[in-house]
Amino acid sequence: MALFGSLSERLNHIFSKLTKRGKLTELEIRSAMREVRIALLEADVNIKVAKQFIADVSEKAVGQQVLQSLNPAQQVIKIVNDELIALMGSGNAKLEVSPKPPTVILMCGLQGAGKTTLCGKLALQLKKQGKRPLLVACDIYRPAAIDQLKVVGGKAETEVFEKGTQAPPKTAKQAVEYAKKMGYDTVIVDTAGRLHIDDALMKELEDIKREVEVTEVLLTVDAMTGQDAVNVAETFNTRVGITGVILTKLDGDTRGGACLSIKAVTGKPIKFIGVGEKLTDLEPFYPDRMASRILGMGDVLSLIEKAQEAVSEAEAKEMERKMRESSFTLTDYLSQFEMLKKMGGASSLMNMLPGAGKLKIKEGDIDEKRIERVKAIILSMTPKERDNPQIINYPRKKRIAAGSGTSIQEINQLLKQFEQTKLLMKQFKGGKGKMRMPF
Amino acid sequence: MGIFGKIFQALKKTKDNVSAKMRLLFAKNKLGDEFYDELEEILISSDVSVRTAEEVVEQVKEEAIGNKVKDQQFVTDLLKDILEDTLNAADIPEITYPCVIMFVGVNGVGKTTTIGKVANWFVSQGKSVTVAAADTFRAAAGDQLAVWAERAKVRIVRHEEGSDPSAVIFDAVASAKAKKTDVVLVDTAGRLHVKENLMNELKKMDRVVTREYPEAAFYKFLVLDATTGQNAVNQARVFDEAVELDGIVLTKLDGTAKGGFVFSLCGELGIPVVFAGVGEKMDDLVPFDAEQFVEGFF
Repeated sequence: MALFGSLSERLNHIFSKLTKRGKLTELEIRSAMREVRIALLEADVNIKVAKQFIADVSEKAVGQQVLQSLNPAQQVIKIVNDELIALMGSGNAKLEVSPKPPTVILMCGLQGAGKTTLCGKLALQLKKQGKRPLLVACDIYRPAAIDQLKVVGGKAETEVFEKGTQAPPKTAKQAVEYAKKMGYDTVIVDTAGRLHIDDALMKELEDIKREVEVTEVLLTVDAMTGQDAVNVAETFNTRVGITGVILTKLDGDTRGGACLSIKAVTGKPIKFIGVGEKLTDLEPFYPDRMASRILGMGDVLSLIEKAQEAVSEAEAKEMERKMRESSFTLTDYLSQFEMLKKMGGASSLMNMLPGAGKLKIKEGDIDEKRIERVKAIILSMTPKERDNPQIINYPRKKRIAAGSGTSIQEINQLLKQFEQTKLLMKQFKGGKGKMRMPF
Repeated sequence: MGIFGKIFQALKKTKDNVSAKMRLLFAKNKLGDEFYDELEEILISSDVSVRTAEEVVEQVKEEAIGNKVKDQQFVTDLLKDILEDTLNAADIPEITYPCVIMFVGVNGVGKTTTIGKVANWFVSQGKSVTVAAADTFRAAAGDQLAVWAERAKVRIVRHEEGSDPSAVIFDAVASAKAKKTDVVLVDTAGRLHVKENLMNELKKMDRVVTREYPEAAFYKFLVLDATTGQNAVNQARVFDEAVELDGIVLTKLDGTAKGGFVFSLCGELGIPVVFAGVGEKMDDLVPFDAEQFVEGFF
């Protein structure tokens, strides 16, 4: 579990005896780097990559002046964080577009990395950008893989080109010809998951590349991958020549250090991250956010940005005023749920928030079907009831239950939850000074 | 099964192995903390959890007194012993019939494929098997399981995509009772352990089996991908809290990853590894063997 600032806490402990400000000495750096090393290993950064990284960073850190505004621990974290960002590349890399269409994207990776789902996500995103993608089913080995791609393609409203179990290089070639004829500008080729040490299947990918002019070869990697990520990435890169990486399943609690390893051994950018099971759950990769996640310090930046996207400043100010004045009503409660929904659901937010575990908001409390029921209940109340929930007595509850198609039990539950939320807000407000940013 | 079975072969494919790293370490002739730090790193580089690696090395420190620490053979044997003991700390459950086995895990670890192979294994033991396609979420998961059921020549109970997984289990149990099937294997949708509503759904499925088929033994196996890193322990802990796991199936051992996290699962959490997946073919699944695993690991 990524505890809020666990690394910064440990570093603070090391530096606690140090009161005077000045230059960072070699001894201090060495003991601090032991903690950084553990943080990196716990995040699954490959051990060789971690060692090299630490050697480089130590060299840069020794003798650095501790900045006025920071303490030594914060200074070390800043240096480590900056170097991590630098290593993972600057800014997010976009998909290449072929000057002579169609652009061909070849998806590859180990079994179970999430290629087929990702194909659907990419197709949907390209469509939103006004492109015309075509999906190609080249996984002829896994049972029902082609059916899966068809279902995914259906959801993304994208045509799927398939030739049953015909050899993938031939299918890919025919698909590109078909795309040209039909005016598709992007061809996404789904391939079977394969082990990087499976010579025959790796050769199949080489053959596809020989048959068609491939613009992008995207390696799909499960964010939970351990130390072996370097072997996988290196072999795929040497044999097929990857152009980028997509990291999937980042909606879990993994710290995702595999991406640092992959970047270090291949030098290829991470282009996207998969953050959920819905087809819209595909996001650009931001090295700065990944850096704080690897260090176990939460993705504060993403959270801020998501909130900005979904909630207008005026709405936020109004909500803040209500929280401050404790005039929070059921109407506000409902609009809060809706804001959460706009921001991509509670779970994705909770993952990004450092120390979210302490807030006692569980995903089960805010799952999407429940939001609809809560909405029905609140909308079945009179405006007076919404503003003064304490007046809701048994006859009123009976009426609301009938009106919303729910039960009295559910209404009681909602009212109880509402009270808890109000209480939580008071605590939140009271503890404001304690909610510091990690650096 | 001898030491040189499929688990050993699968692990030995990796040239970047622990023995080679140990040789290098002893050649460097380092002493004290530096030696132990590197020993720890060797274990971590095979995905042993950071905490378990620290504990194991601590134990080596205590037992390799004096000059023995310079004896590569002694230290290697000691490590193997400690690790094998860790694996044996958790008892593999005795399977009694009739039984229901539910397979759970995060997305993409190989649950459906594993069920196909496990079905085949039970058939080879002379048992009758029904598989329940309770992954009604992932596109075409039911079709995939149907292909495996046909290969293993077992019956399948399935509903349409998007239907309630608990209802599939309900029907599968009813059908198993009527036909007196020995084993019911339940496939479930992949779910990340941090998604509480999906974990609640799993608990419901757990309750349905317990309620509808109390006379059957009920086992819950977590399927884990050997390529996984430190997160595997989190996964096991959370799934165990939700449905009380009886065992682990370790898949994809035929890659270059070693699945070193299993030591923490057996040692720290007390969950035994029951089966290992070593390839894509139907007979590429073997009962887990601690001695073979440790030998292959080195």
